Amino acid sequence: MSADLEPLAVLSGVDKGYRLDSVDVPVLRGIDLLVRPAQFTVLLGPSGSGKTTLLNLVGCIDRPDKGQVMVAGRDVGPLSDDELADFRARNVGFIFQNFNLLPVLSAYENIEYPMLLAGLAPHSRAKRVSRLLEAVGLSDRAKNLPGQLSGGQRQRVAIARALALKPKLVIADEPTANLDSRTGAEILSLMRHMQKRYGISFLFSSHDRAVIGAADDTIFLKDGEIHGIRRRTIPEAPAEVVEDE
Amino acid sequence: MIDLSLAIRNLLRNRRRSFATFFALALGTAAILLFGGYRKNIEYTMHTAYVRDGGHLQIQHRDLFLYGSGNPTKYSIAGYEAIISAISRDEVLGKMVTVITPTLQFGGIASNFSAGVSRTVVGLGIVASDRNNMRTWNEFGLPRASPHFALDGAAADAAIVGTGVARVLLLCESLNIDNCPKPEEEQPASGAALPTDIAQLAAREAPRAKAAGGARIELLASSSGGAPNVVSLAIVNAERQGFKELDEIYLMLQLPQAQRLIYGRTSPKVTAIMVQIKHSGQIDEAKERLVGLLEAQARGQSLAVLDFRELNPFFVQTVQLFDTIFGFIFALIASIVLFTVGNTMSTAVMERTVEIGTIRAMGLRRRGVQRLFVVEGMLLGVAGTVSGAVFAILSSALINQMGLTWLPPGSGERLPLLMLVWGETPTIAGTTIGLILIAALSAWLPARRASRMVIVDALRHV
Repeated sequence: MSADLEPLAVLSGVDKGYRLDSVDVPVLRGIDLLVRPAQFTVLLGPSGSGKTTLLNLVGCIDRPDKGQVMVAGRDVGPLSDDELADFRARNVGFIFQNFNLLPVLSAYENIEYPMLLAGLAPHSRAKRVSRLLEAVGLSDRAKNLPGQLSGGQRQRVAIARALALKPKLVIADEPTANLDSRTGAEILSLMRHMQKRYGISFLFSSHDRAVIGAADDTIFLKDGEIHGIRRRTIPEAPAEVVEDE
Repeated sequence: MIDLSLAIRNLLRNRRRSFATFFALALGTAAILLFGGYRKNIEYTMHTAYVRDGGHLQIQHRDLFLYGSGNPTKYSIAGYEAIISAISRDEVLGKMVTVITPTLQFGGIASNFSAGVSRTVVGLGIVASDRNNMRTWNEFGLPRASPHFALDGAAADAAIVGTGVARVLLLCESLNIDNCPKPEEEQPASGAALPTDIAQLAAREAPRAKAAGGARIELLASSSGGAPNVVSLAIVNAERQGFKELDEIYLMLQLPQAQRLIYGRTSPKVTAIMVQIKHSGQIDEAKERLVGLLEAQARGQSLAVLDFRELNPFFVQTVQLFDTIFGFIFALIASIVLFTVGNTMSTAVMERTVEIGTIRAMGLRRRGVQRLFVVEGMLLGVAGTVSGAVFAILSSALINQMGLTWLPPGSGERLPLLMLVWGETPTIAGTTIGLILIAALSAWLPARRASRMVIVDALRHV
C-alpha cells in the first residue's frame, strides 16, 4: 500500500463508555473501522448512536476504554496529554455544530489563531489566511467579529480555521445541524470543495440521510456498533490539490 | 503576544465585571498607599523631631540611660571638650557630622518665690546655638522647620520651661501663655502661722524678686559635692512638651549656667555629647567609628554610644505599631483582591468552558490555557494597581496642598498632615508588585481548573 493509500485512521476493537451517576453507559462497542485518506466520510446514525464519541476518538480529544486508535499512522494511545495536543495541532482540524469561534477575535484572527499556536511566521500567516478567506468567500468579512456574521458565514470561518494548518484530517460534528437547509447544503458543498481542493480527509457526523449523496464513504452507526459501511469510490489521489506555502 | 491580546479582549468582553474588579484593585491599592504615606509621614516627623532634639547618637556614661534618672551628674563625662575636638578632627566623622554638642542633665527644684510656689524639675544645660543648628536638620524635606530656639542669643541666666512648669509656677501671665487656666484663689491658711525667721526672709526676698522684673525663678540643685546651690533664672519662653508629665518638669538653661550650678568652681562636666549626622543611614557607620575613637580618647571612662532609637523606645514602638497596622491593612486588602479576582476569573472560566474545549481541541496545551487566564488576572492586577498608585499619588499631592495639620501623640506642636506617597518607591513597588502577584495567584487557581478540563466535557458544556 502506497503512502497515499495508507488508512488515515484505524480503530481496532474500540470500546468507550461513560459513567452517568453510578451507572456505566456503554457508547461504543467493539468498533473496528478504517478511515480512508482524502475521502469525504460520513458517520450516519440516530441520536445517541455514538457518532460524536467516535469522532472524538478519531479526533484524539478522547481516549478509548479499550482497543487501539491509530491516526495518521500513529498509535495515539501512549501519547501524553501534551504530545496529543501537539499531534492534534499538526494533524486534525475541527468544525463544530455551534461553530465555536472565539468571539473576541475577528474572522481573520480566528483563522490565524491555530497558526499563531503553531508559531508560523507573520508573512506566511497573512498569506495563508487571505487564501483561506478567499476560498470560503469571506474576504470582505475578514475584520468582522463572529457576532457580526450569519450562521453560514461563521461556519465558513470555522471551516477555514480547521484547514489553517493543512491537517490530514478534519473532524466535523454535525456541521449543518444549526443551519437552515439551504445554508446547510452550501456548507456541505463548500466542505466537499475544500476537501477536494486541499486533498484533506473529512470525517463528519450527521443524522441527515440527505448528506449521504455527498459522501465518498458512509458509515452507519446504531447503538454504538457499526451496522454497515458503504464505500462509493476506489481511493485515488485527489484531482485538485492546492499546495499553499 | 496573542495571550495578551486575547486577555485584553476577554476582559473587555464583560466590561462591568472587569471594571468592578479593576476598581476594587485600584481602590485597594490607593488605600494601602495613602495609609503607607501617612505612616511614612508619622515616621519621618517623629524621626526628624527626635534627631533635631537629641541628635542621632549620644555619647553617655554607659549607665546613665538606665540608672541616671535619680542622679544624672553621678554619670557624667569628664574632658568632654577633648572628645568633641577629636570627633571634629576625625577624617571620617568630620565629614558625616553636622553638630556635636554637650549637654548636662540634672534634677532640681524651681520656685517662683514671689508667688510662693515651687516644684521639682529636670534641668538640661545646653549650647543654644548648637541646638538651633540641630533644629535645621531636615533629611526628609518636611515642610515645617522647628521654631527658633529662644535661648540662642539670650542672656547667660536665661532659661526655657515647659508650659506645665510655667503654669504650676504661676508664670503664664508674665510669659503670655495662651490657654493657661488660673487656679482658684487659695483660702487663707487656717493653720499655724509662718515661723518668724522664715517670714522675715520671705519679706526680704520679695522686693528683690519684684525689682528684677519679667518671669524669674530660682533653681535649687544639689552640687556635685552634695551641697545645695541656687541660681536665679530669667524665663524667656515656655515651650509646650508633648507629654503632660514632661511639660511639668521641663527646664532648659545655658550650659555654663548649669555647670556653675552643679560643679561650681570645679572642672565642668556634661552628662552627654549629642552627635547629629547628615544622613540617618550613616548611623551604624558613625557609631562604629565613635566607639573606636572613644576607646582612644576616653580611656578610664565607661562611655557608651547610643542611637536615638535606643534612647527613644517610644519612636520604635510607634513605628512598629504603624507597620503592624499597615501590614494588617495590606493583608485585608490582599484578601479582598484574592477573592475578587478569583471570583472574576472563576466566572470567566465557567462562561468560557466551551472556548476552553475548543482551543484545547485545536492543540493548545494545558499550560497554554492556564497561561491565558493567569495573564488575564495579571493584566487586571497591573491595570488596577497602577491606576490605584497613580490615584494615590495625585490625591496625596492634593491632600498635601490643603494645609491640614494634626497633633501627633507626644508632640506639643501641630504638624502638617501629609501623605508621603510620591518618592516612596519601595512602598509603591512593594504594594503594586505584591497585589499583582496576588491577582495572578488568585487567577492561577481557576486557570488551573480550566486547564484540567476534559475536552469533550468542556465542548459539551451548555
